[in-house]
Amino acid sequence: MTRPPAAELAAAAGATRRFGELLAVDGVDLTVAGGEVVGLIGANGSGKTTLIRMLLGLLAPTAGRVRLFGEPPSRRTRARLGYVPQSLGLYEDLTVAENLAFSAAAYGSRRAVLEGDLAQAGDTLVRDLPLGLRRRVAFAIALGHGPDLLVLDEPTSGVDPLQRARLWETIRASAERGAGVLVTTHHLAEASQCDRLVVLAAGRVAAAGSLAEIVGDTTAAEVRTPRWEAAFTALDTAGLPVSLVGRTLRVPGADPAAVRLLLGDAGVPAEVAAVRASFEETFVALAT
Amino acid sequence: MSDQTWGCRRLGVRYGATVALEEVTFAVAPGTVAAVVGGDGAGKTSLLRALAGTVRPAAGTVRRPAERRLGYVSAGPGVWTDLTVDENLRFSGGAYGLDPGELERRVGGLLERTGLAGARDRLAGQLSGGMRQKLALAMAVAHEPDLLVLDEPTTGVDPVSRAELWRLLAASAAGGAAVVVATTYLDEAERAATVLVLDRGRSLLSGTPEEVVAATPGLVVEGTERPAGLPSWRRGARWRAWSPDGSTPPATGPVTLDLEDAVIVAQLREDRRWAA
Repeated sequence: MTRPPAAELAAAAGATRRFGELLAVDGVDLTVAGGEVVGLIGANGSGKTTLIRMLLGLLAPTAGRVRLFGEPPSRRTRARLGYVPQSLGLYEDLTVAENLAFSAAAYGSRRAVLEGDLAQAGDTLVRDLPLGLRRRVAFAIALGHGPDLLVLDEPTSGVDPLQRARLWETIRASAERGAGVLVTTHHLAEASQCDRLVVLAAGRVAAAGSLAEIVGDTTAAEVRTPRWEAAFTALDTAGLPVSLVGRTLRVPGADPAAVRLLLGDAGVPAEVAAVRASFEETFVALAT
Repeated sequence: MSDQTWGCRRLGVRYGATVALEEVTFAVAPGTVAAVVGGDGAGKTSLLRALAGTVRPAAGTVRRPAERRLGYVSAGPGVWTDLTVDENLRFSGGAYGLDPGELERRVGGLLERTGLAGARDRLAGQLSGGMRQKLALAMAVAHEPDLLVLDEPTTGVDPVSRAELWRLLAASAAGGAAVVVATTYLDEAERAATVLVLDRGRSLLSGTPEEVVAATPGLVVEGTERPAGLPSWRRGARWRAWSPDGSTPPATGPVTLDLEDAVIVAQLREDRRWAA
């Protein structure tokens, strides 16, 4: 299949959605082009789900504009979209083959081909499959009609690293065939699999770009001490967002000098240095 | 296992004819956090249930404190949804034998620490996933247990609540508790002092995260194309591959391993063993 290169498949411009008094999404710009994997990251209540619902055409924006394949979302654009919800959207009481046949009939497309250990699972009820295989069935169905845009909600939740890697192989293969992919996830390590990230906080875009661009020069104070327990208690009691990594402590966004002073006052010997913040630390600071 | 640690030795757990765990040895020392990692069906819940005493081992031994010195949060809601936040904390604190004065003092402190003070009169069933997990954790630590066992407390929880949950369980470890956390997230496991990786009911890898990574045999390489003839997987837009004999295939370079790579390599080796 050939497609025009890097077409803008999904675009939100100043997309806004209000529910009564609540401004759930507030002037969000977001694009997904063919061939790229974009991660949409946000805490609960950040507006992620509302934005996705607008992109899917399930909810109209109260202001701003949402376009799918250059037109307002509709039944027609829906046919060019593959969506895997977190709940997977499978019929648990039907077999794998019945799920595939049903979806192929609904889309008017050819039936998806099952590969590997799924090839033998056609007659198995979906509810009897392990989670990793159920996820692959949902992927196969979402990809069965050759969609131009894939929208994936927490695509690898609950599976082991090898299964996660295999699911990402499928996601990447879709992008390499020219599809655009929008992934929402709580799993920040998964964000590193994306080409580009959009971080939502309180309905607005708090940051956008590559992971390295978003972290930028954000730092954390790293604390090395033989008495991590005492250091942790002192910093935690002072209300600092301290975290434990092995036996090292980290305080995102904190000034090392201030941390050193605080630990000195508590009588805890420690080496404190400024280190590059992790994506997770940067995200938590952006989201709160 | 020394006298100071909790855990199990050569543990087996069966449900009828199904073998959930086999020959699993695990230890967690006071004042440390141990992570138990694996996907759906790896055996995490069975191990945690055995540590908490809610399932009887079919083989091996378990060393755990008396029931009243143990805190356990099972997978799922872990709270009484028809009781308020306050009632949940008082009910479980009472069940662990805290006297009313002590209970009053600790409930107040825990509500502050978990950020649930403003929600104390809300029904637990109306809380968000993150708040509900914080309440379940608060209920499990109110009696200051020696061993704290948490089954996937951060699954489905957003990253802000997850950071808060990890701070709470680190605070328990700082107070001297031995903490066991099951998770499917390897970036979380990398923060623990020790990690046990389960696969199909067996121990796949164990040690400190650094030890586990350092023990990976051969070499992991990265390139822009899929290297031919080697087990490979995606990392972002690039390919990673495992070179068992340590040679570097053309157009690839070695990478700094993380726990995710180490577990993928171990699973690939295990798959070969099962296939053989």
